[in-house]
Amino acid sequence: MAGRNLFQKVWESHAVAQLPTGQTQLLIGLHLVHEVTSPQAFDMLREQGLAVAFPGRTYATVDHIVPTDARTRPFADGQAEEMMSALERNAREFGIAFFGLGDGRQGIVHVIGPETGLTQPGMTIACGDSHTSTHGAFGSLAFGVGTSQIKDVLATQCLAMTPLKVRRIEVTGALPRGVYSKDVILAIIRKLGVNGGIGYAYEYGGPCVERMTMEERMSICNMSIEGGARIGYVNPDETTFNYIRGREYSPSGAAFDRAVAFWTSVASDRDAAYDDGVELDASEIEPHVTWGITPGQAVGITERVPDPARLPEAERATAAQALKHMGLEAGARLEGLPIDVAFIGSCTNSRLSDLREAASVVKGRHVAPSVRALVVPGSERVKRAAEAEGLDRIFTNAGFEWRGAGCSMCLGMNPDKLKGRELCASSSNRNFIGRQGSPQGRTILMSPVMVAAAAIEGKLADARKYVV
Amino acid sequence: MKITELAGTGICVEGNDIDTDRIIPARFMKEITFANMGRYAFYDQRFDERGAAKPHPFNDPRFQGASLLIVNKNFGCGSSREHAPQALMRSGIRAVLGESFAEIFAGNCTAMGVPTVTASESEIADLMAAVRQTPALGLRLSLADRTLSYHTKRVPVCLSDVVRRAFLEGTWDSTSLMLANLDQVRRTAGRLAYLNRFSQ
Repeated sequence: MAGRNLFQKVWESHAVAQLPTGQTQLLIGLHLVHEVTSPQAFDMLREQGLAVAFPGRTYATVDHIVPTDARTRPFADGQAEEMMSALERNAREFGIAFFGLGDGRQGIVHVIGPETGLTQPGMTIACGDSHTSTHGAFGSLAFGVGTSQIKDVLATQCLAMTPLKVRRIEVTGALPRGVYSKDVILAIIRKLGVNGGIGYAYEYGGPCVERMTMEERMSICNMSIEGGARIGYVNPDETTFNYIRGREYSPSGAAFDRAVAFWTSVASDRDAAYDDGVELDASEIEPHVTWGITPGQAVGITERVPDPARLPEAERATAAQALKHMGLEAGARLEGLPIDVAFIGSCTNSRLSDLREAASVVKGRHVAPSVRALVVPGSERVKRAAEAEGLDRIFTNAGFEWRGAGCSMCLGMNPDKLKGRELCASSSNRNFIGRQGSPQGRTILMSPVMVAAAAIEGKLADARKYVV
Repeated sequence: MKITELAGTGICVEGNDIDTDRIIPARFMKEITFANMGRYAFYDQRFDERGAAKPHPFNDPRFQGASLLIVNKNFGCGSSREHAPQALMRSGIRAVLGESFAEIFAGNCTAMGVPTVTASESEIADLMAAVRQTPALGLRLSLADRTLSYHTKRVPVCLSDVVRRAFLEGTWDSTSLMLANLDQVRRTAGRLAYLNRFSQ
């Protein structure tokens, strides 16, 4: 009999009951909350006279609407102030820990979960945000939910779910110089499609993934949802345990050893069975950039914009719409395309290693005069650590703005937005039409190092020449 | 509430990979209730920068009052925002028919009592053509029979057994079902050492 994979083990250990509908009532070990998708859920609790069942298992922070420059209260934007106040009130009323502005732990929810040690292997983790898949990097089953499901977690610490199939994605080979985990996930989504993961959890493994740091693994798991997979995970190993050790919410002493034994036990068995498998050779991957309006519309920087007529029929209409929105022509070169804005940040790529790598390109150089460039650390902690290393000065000396922690220009919910048809080189995760706050705005996704190179040159560039 | 059958007219929003940012741009999510979300459905597709209406099915008087939304592949991909299905529901949509749906979006719809059902590419194309030609065409979606009927046609549609049963039995609002098992929840939690910080 074949062994079990991590998904099956964690699912089974959290299954509470079979519901009359046939769904599984699944216990959620960690619930993370932010300001945008939760106020309606707390209102539902009040309307239905319900309490929070396990208030100690929910943690809240603010990220989506917070300004990244002027952070004093009340915010200039009355709606943002109201939303912030609602979360503060809800956390107080329901007894939930809240990492607010200036707490020292505030930041993008998918950055602070791992760095506080809340995120651990073998857990089920839910949050009202699709990029919750990020936490799968630790070998947890982590996924985004809507507001009605947030209410379910608050009221019962459970969700009604049906199990997913599991696709093993084996990444072999070594990452070439100047190629990062962001390029790997863009290549995976390009290969499997933006809806290829529907019905699946993605298990990322293979020698290339095993060599990756936790921050690299997080960037990969983060974008699972862009490939349609609600869950993406990496089996926990020594790299995972070493990352967790010593953090605020991680176990210590003998408890840590017991934890490691448990974490080790949840990893997929060597002879685990999978519903599907895909292999990818990292050594063949180039720095990737998107050319369209879905994250799957990506190519290597030396490739050209595809001709919609030559794509599979199901992709043609979206591709044609993409070229129209982006103002690109089939066969055009992407390298050399002028940009207006450079954004380094988001739950995909705003961690210390991302900032270090981008800074190494920027150091001693200057942002092109035509470009507005900003760096937005993912959390207050990342910001402090980066400043302790002097990364902030490298960026500001080069003409970047250095901001406070938040989602910033990844989505148009705070003052950081594109204007008009601006073209943005972005280390974020979505290039959807209007995503960065201007209905006509254009987004090109890439690694932080590629954004840094584009900012310096004022146009899309092959960052490999800057990486020694 | 049991949902076995839905009848009404249709409205088509064509295209694959229509993401939730397009269904509702993030800037409209700064309100702390869902009350006004219906106003913002497909906002940037429907209105230009000055607020003038653009051609869009949701602006077309012939499709006002439609309750069955017809779409293509991977509808609702992207963000987990329930604001998206809320915007549709508050625009009068009671069910969505498409070739395929993003998972979180479909789950949100189910939690709100809005069925998402799938049909083949050719059936969806025929249905879209029929609705465009005759906007007042009556459609009848039967979850019990798994069919969509219009004119003299009966089209097979798919939805999972689990979701179908939840609608037919009125158990799609899962909170009360799960609340009944709180003792079992505590027992399961007690077996997970991490919930006790591995203290033993």
